[in-house]
Amino acid sequence: MPPMKRKKEEATMSEPKTKYDRQLRIWGELGQAALEEASICLLNCGPTGSEALKNLVLGGVGSFTVVDGSKVELGDLGNNFMVDDERSVGQSKAKSVCAFLQELNDSVKATFIEENPDTLISTNPFFFSQFTLVIATQLVEDSMVKLDRICREANVMLVFARSYGLSGFVRVSVKEHTVIDSKPDHFLDDLRLNNPWPELKSFVETIDLNVSDPVAHKHIPYVVILVKVADEWTRSHSVQDDIYGLWMRITTKKLSKQLSKFLLRVESALRFNNDTCAEPNSNSSDFWVMVAALKEFVSNEGDGEAPLEGSIPDMTSSTELNTIYQSKAEADFLVMEKRVKNILKKIGRDLSSISKPTIKSFCKNARKLKVCRYRMVEDEFSNPCVTEIQKCLADEDYSGAMGFYVLLRAVDRFTANYNKFPGQFDGGMDEDISRLKTTALSLLADLGCNGSVLPDDLINEMCRFGASELHVVAAFIGGIASQEVIKLVTKQFVPMLGTYIFNGIDHKSQLLTL
Amino acid sequence: MADLEAPQSKTRDLDKLLLRAGNLVGPDFYPGAELRDDIRDYVRVLVVGAGGLGCELLKDLALSGFRNLDVIDMDRIEVTNLNRQLEDVGKPKAEVAAKRVMERVSGVEIVPHFSRIEDKELDFYNDFNIIALGLDSIEARRYINGVACGFLEYDEDDTPRRETIKPMVDGGTEGFKGHARVIVPGVTPCFECTIWLFPPQVKFPLCTLAETPRNAAHCIEYAHLIKWPEVHGGKSFDPDEPEHMKWVYDEAIKRAELFGIPGVTYSLTQGVVKNIIPAIASTNAIISAACALETLKIVSGCSKTLANYLTYNGGEGLHTKVTEFVRDQDCLVCGPGILIELDTSITLQKFIDMLEEHPKLLLSKASVKHGKDSLYMQAPPVLEEMHRPNLSKPLYDLMGRVQKDTVHVFGTALKNEEKQSSLTKLRVVFKGADGVTDMDTAIGA
Repeated sequence: MPPMKRKKEEATMSEPKTKYDRQLRIWGELGQAALEEASICLLNCGPTGSEALKNLVLGGVGSFTVVDGSKVELGDLGNNFMVDDERSVGQSKAKSVCAFLQELNDSVKATFIEENPDTLISTNPFFFSQFTLVIATQLVEDSMVKLDRICREANVMLVFARSYGLSGFVRVSVKEHTVIDSKPDHFLDDLRLNNPWPELKSFVETIDLNVSDPVAHKHIPYVVILVKVADEWTRSHSVQDDIYGLWMRITTKKLSKQLSKFLLRVESALRFNNDTCAEPNSNSSDFWVMVAALKEFVSNEGDGEAPLEGSIPDMTSSTELNTIYQSKAEADFLVMEKRVKNILKKIGRDLSSISKPTIKSFCKNARKLKVCRYRMVEDEFSNPCVTEIQKCLADEDYSGAMGFYVLLRAVDRFTANYNKFPGQFDGGMDEDISRLKTTALSLLADLGCNGSVLPDDLINEMCRFGASELHVVAAFIGGIASQEVIKLVTKQFVPMLGTYIFNGIDHKSQLLTL
Repeated sequence: MADLEAPQSKTRDLDKLLLRAGNLVGPDFYPGAELRDDIRDYVRVLVVGAGGLGCELLKDLALSGFRNLDVIDMDRIEVTNLNRQLEDVGKPKAEVAAKRVMERVSGVEIVPHFSRIEDKELDFYNDFNIIALGLDSIEARRYINGVACGFLEYDEDDTPRRETIKPMVDGGTEGFKGHARVIVPGVTPCFECTIWLFPPQVKFPLCTLAETPRNAAHCIEYAHLIKWPEVHGGKSFDPDEPEHMKWVYDEAIKRAELFGIPGVTYSLTQGVVKNIIPAIASTNAIISAACALETLKIVSGCSKTLANYLTYNGGEGLHTKVTEFVRDQDCLVCGPGILIELDTSITLQKFIDMLEEHPKLLLSKASVKHGKDSLYMQAPPVLEEMHRPNLSKPLYDLMGRVQKDTVHVFGTALKNEEKQSSLTKLRVVFKGADGVTDMDTAIGA
């Protein structure tokens, strides 16, 4: 069959799934479903907003609304991929961007509103309640604060993004975001070598390490060896003895190279997310109900441990061992399920309102739960962590990003005073530079950072940027923003904590928590 | 806030960077309209790869003042590729990518090349000011790296000659992770200098596959690597052929059932066999933007450049880091070249034979090029026959009787027990060439 014909046939097989194949391998069916149910509001569709939204549309987001009252200018043709050619100059930018995105993925529901976002924020706050999440791009400080209040009130997730010359930032603002499926890259296996339960202990006892047949010896799973030796060792040493002693003891037995590698994965003590949360009530989210059950479990059946995860890494002769781990995990799950149902009953909720798969996933991920909480931007703006600012400004790797953070706020103050951004126009550059410097220093003083300096070169650069929105920077920032949106919407992986400041000069961008 | 003082311009935003002087800029930055116009009119950029990264790169470059772009990719579009309209399935990726961007950005010229990177002449690559890579394989990166570094020439005192430096910007992504790096041959480490950065590919021990499978991937690879050749003999497995894939999947299921192993799905089968790299639009967007930004900065000097490796990880929070790697002075690829000392009487045939034995090269079936002249070509047959007489001539004569010079050799190298196409630079020095007889034996390094 000639190549082209074959590809067309493959195409008709299961189109919606295969279209998203590459990303399904990352966030799975559940994540994809969450994306398809989400409705996104984009404020301002310059390149920053458009590029962010584009990535989400490609990902299969359910619906979006673009809010932008501006008309296409000639300059937009030079930085915005989604604006048509010269003929669209003078027409609605939102309309153009919306049409492009609709064409990109015909499954998404696309709408636009020709309105200045600042106006909408001031006159119609309830507009935002209908969305899952708002991506607010290129807003000045004032509007950011107002929108933040609105979204917190309405419990709508919010992501800010801004491109400014070779600088910019992304900031998530949500009251609380809980993650069960955090999918960390590296995480210790739940082997319980230090604390084997009865079934594991008896299995280990059936195996004799001193077996003479080398083949049989080679096939002993390393877990068994470690449990045995750890047990012997604790019996003859006090708890204070260091790991080196254990290592020495183990290496005197003839073990394979593979085992030595695995020894590096010795479990650390259970680190439990001891979050201060009140007793669950009828308003508590599923997450907190399950956390309450988890706490009970750990204090009772768990004997200090969370439910067993159940899966073990691939190793020689592990089939029987696999069963032992899986059985315990299943038993722990059943206990958790009972406790969850008890709590649901206590708070007057339907016993089946938290599904089995949800509880199972929670048990599997019990050691990896994440809770993210974000300060409101107005709190951060009026009361940032001063020591952090000072420390960063003095650090070679952080001063660029921290400088940009301050300057990005300073330019908004500048605009409030002089009705234009510094360096926005070609004339009067020197004056703008000196004014921006004064503005920035007074801002630092207001925050309590007396004595901190901003590099003059950076202030000059900020004026040089002249509030430009460069496509490449917008694509980068938009990419970061869309990434965060995906994590927030799918509730998988961990969203960033803090403000990401982009430093396009030397790429020493930083995540600042202030 | 519209700029009411000056007439509207398409390059409204770029102008701020290119027309205005600055302090945190490159060493040869001459701001002005001329710089902007020169970039637009004369600078040529090659984008290698027209997949997720490549397409974004083209768009980013087109909207950063570049007008003369080329893109090369040997593949056709599949349904599973991101950002594809159904009617494009089956067409060459390079052609569709070029068309897409030219449609939206007026004035940009993008020449697509539906071909393998190895099939292009070296001259083709030399025509570009800078090469941007959006590839998904180590081999392809190595090849381009070899080509670009091959242009590099050194002075008497081993300093790289500026006009022979061919910069590259390389990006790669996998799920939420990615990297962007700047390679300036002779100055920053090249791809080969830092080859140790890449982890070894996952390979299962054969006995596990044959005797004691424990997980779904083992079952799949058993069907793929052991059962298929057993049943199909000489017929090679084609991962793009749905019938082949389905056969492997069915066999994997059988084996999994035999051993009581869960988890074999069609999707996993594809993933394992094709070594599919999961991809998301946002990571591609981020990395290509970083690459395009560096391309603009390198070409124009409008800001400092990335020094020299940026890593990005967006899965757990957000982490970006810049690492300044250092060149390997003895790098076989971007260094001055492996020194080969020869006697003036050595024939070309003997030289080619020596390459096979040389411990650092192990190069078989070598073709030899001296500057613009091909001294010997292994293929195609017509050219092989034409160059065959050279084999019996002294290399010294063929190279114009110079005491030392650079040659490039291209052939099959044995690296880590795998055969790979290899292009290497050699510094050939002839002993006794300047009339002074060297009493030491000087045959082959």
